[in-house]
Amino acid sequence: MNRMIHLTVNGRKKSMAIDIRSSLLEVLRDQMGLTSIKQGCGVGECGACTILVDDVLIDSCIYLAVWADGKSIRTVEGESRHNTLSAVQQAYVDEGAVQCGFCTPGLVMATTAFVEKNKGHAVTREAIRKAHAGNTCRCTGYQSVITVTEKCLQTDGEPNQ
Amino acid sequence: MFPIQSYEKADSVDDAIRLLSANPEAKPIAGGTDLLIRLRDGKKAFGHLVDIHDLAELKQCAIDAAGTLLIGSGVRFSDALASDIIRNHLPHLHTAAGTVGGPQIRNIATIGGNICNGVTSADSASPLLASEAQLIIQGPAGRRETPLSDFFMGPGKVALAQNEILIAFAISRENYRGYAGDYYKFAMREAMDIATIGCAATCKVSNHTLVDLRLALGVAAPTPIRCRHAESVARGQPLTEELLKKIETAVAEDVNPRTSWRASKEFRRHIIKELVGRVVRNAIHQAGGTNQ
Repeated sequence: MNRMIHLTVNGRKKSMAIDIRSSLLEVLRDQMGLTSIKQGCGVGECGACTILVDDVLIDSCIYLAVWADGKSIRTVEGESRHNTLSAVQQAYVDEGAVQCGFCTPGLVMATTAFVEKNKGHAVTREAIRKAHAGNTCRCTGYQSVITVTEKCLQTDGEPNQ
Repeated sequence: MFPIQSYEKADSVDDAIRLLSANPEAKPIAGGTDLLIRLRDGKKAFGHLVDIHDLAELKQCAIDAAGTLLIGSGVRFSDALASDIIRNHLPHLHTAAGTVGGPQIRNIATIGGNICNGVTSADSASPLLASEAQLIIQGPAGRRETPLSDFFMGPGKVALAQNEILIAFAISRENYRGYAGDYYKFAMREAMDIATIGCAATCKVSNHTLVDLRLALGVAAPTPIRCRHAESVARGQPLTEELLKKIETAVAEDVNPRTSWRASKEFRRHIIKELVGRVVRNAIHQAGGTNQ
């Protein structure tokens, strides 16, 4: 049940044969080695598998790999450039928003999507909480994640500079 | 790996109907946020898929020449939240869209899928029921229209043949023009949860009179329901605190909630009364009405 798909992963064009029964998580993690993507719950509740598909935040565990044909994928592996963390990643480090780290790649992508969309706009803490509601973290209590987001919204420049 | 036994990608609605007709075991998959989970659980009923994910034909959100609002079945909840048409004309549906799952789910789950699953807790069902949505359904013999109120047959059962596709929801001008609305989802958590009770109201107010009220509830019965008795008590009456109390009481005759692990029947009845009071008050307020 194989099929060729053509996609861009973290800026690099790829063509690959995938099993149509695979989730995008399985293809990216098992075939491409992008191990930042975690399978937590496997049912779209915990957000540990969160990635961006054409800059839209999705749970890759309940997204068929065939749907990624022609799309551009972003995972945490592609967020740092030339050994420099993205502004969002750096803010996670600075604020101590990483504890055990299992949920962190998904949370970083959720924060990145939110910051890119809302940069320069006034947002409430409630809106930030809502934007991260699909990512479960059992360590941080989320306060540091909210602080990270507020900090990234305030700083000048693009998230990747 | 999902236990998929056959997979066909449809490149149009016509193609999807042809593919579904060719395999009586096949089912359409759109956002997949419910179907893939059931498939992963090993539900064999979903092993044969016709993929209508992201079909451009199903993603319209527009008002036609006759003033009818058309919402494609493939409109995702995040599309609904971004739509000025839905925000301006169906505020209760707009609010409901924001209560579904979390951001990742809203970015992929479709309103059509929410309705075709046929579950009583579907957040989009009560707002669409309240606004008298007509369903445009396409099958091998062409298109047909049916009111949403005739679509829900029982828990998980809808009046849709195996080789039919829900195309769009149509809401005629007289069912949204001049109406304000609100929705409230009561759940144990503020996100990533299924409604304990969902309540949608849409109303028209003029000169301290409640000209019309349409009230719909989710999880108050085996399927989403309209509250016809409470509506008849409200229609055309002067806007008074007494009337609002009457509506809250009258709704008890419309509902048939059950006890589940989420909540008891008695608790749901209490929540129904409370939510109806709040949502109707807010809808009236949005419509510019004040009590006499």
